[in-house]
Amino acid sequence: MTHSYILSVVGKDRPGIVSHVTAALYDGGCNLGETSMIRLGDSFTIMMMVRHDGTVKSLQSLLSTVADSLGLHVHIDKMDGKLHEHPEPDVQITVYGADRPGIVAHVTGALAEAGLNIVNLDSDVGGSGDAPIYVMHIDGVAVEGVPVLESALDVVIKEGVDAKLTPIETMIG
Amino acid sequence: MSLLEILQYPDPRLKQMAEPVERFDDDLRAYIADLEETMRAGPGGVGIAAPQTGHLIRVVIVDVSSKPKIEQHGRLVMVNPEIVSYEGFAKGREGCMSIPDYTGNVVRAEQIVVEYFDEFGEQGQIESVGFEARAIQHELDHLEGLLFLDRLVSRRSDLFKRKTYKK
Repeated sequence: MTHSYILSVVGKDRPGIVSHVTAALYDGGCNLGETSMIRLGDSFTIMMMVRHDGTVKSLQSLLSTVADSLGLHVHIDKMDGKLHEHPEPDVQITVYGADRPGIVAHVTGALAEAGLNIVNLDSDVGGSGDAPIYVMHIDGVAVEGVPVLESALDVVIKEGVDAKLTPIETMIG
Repeated sequence: MSLLEILQYPDPRLKQMAEPVERFDDDLRAYIADLEETMRAGPGGVGIAAPQTGHLIRVVIVDVSSKPKIEQHGRLVMVNPEIVSYEGFAKGREGCMSIPDYTGNVVRAEQIVVEYFDEFGEQGQIESVGFEARAIQHELDHLEGLLFLDRLVSRRSDLFKRKTYKK
């Protein structure tokens, strides 16, 4: 019976990780769905939806050779979710400021309280080593509307980060 | 009037160039009425182009009047349209009735001037901005066999910087 899994793969970055991992899955009869793959620091990280005729154990064994040869850590969770369940984000929020501990926790805490459901978040540290800046980009659904999120963001800005909210008006043509 | 079938990618007709309209007759107007009905029947559709229904002719309809508080021209039927001037750039989110369950970011001109004929062959020209200008550019792309998939920019990184940095 076919099951859906979330497969996480992390290892030191090098060329060929994506191709080797996905070739092993393809050869094992798996089918990929939505994925997120990105280099973080010197690691490469993969999270993906995989459909597989078998168990967590059999999926694990499909990847054992490639994981050993490329030094990858593999983690697998069974999932109930399916494809074609995209929520449509209606706000985009950019936050940036001098880097310090707690920016993500404070900002997302305030936004969650104001009804933000995050669909996608990525953040990066730029600037120089002794004066780093933190930049965070969020797409989400304003469950309780945009004005309450804007008020929450105003509070966050007073606490010392720059932030901008832009409603996303998707054009269907 | 009748609803037309909307082609869905990967139907190869969506990637073909459309031909100019030569006769502004009742057949054309009957087709345009069907096209408009099809657009209005679609979920949230604010525009449609003839090639989306398998008719490879240069006809689009745009009507963004359902969106509150934006500059717009109401119902626009555009035959043999041509964008004669582009200004500025903006990134925005687009979807397409021919590509269900997928939306993506696309960079478009912020302001355009379009010349076109209406369904009676009367020449018109408008200046359009923002959301409506985006819809017009999206629909005119269909006449060239282009989909918004051909113009996607990364969801993850803002490859494009806004012209103005307003807070």
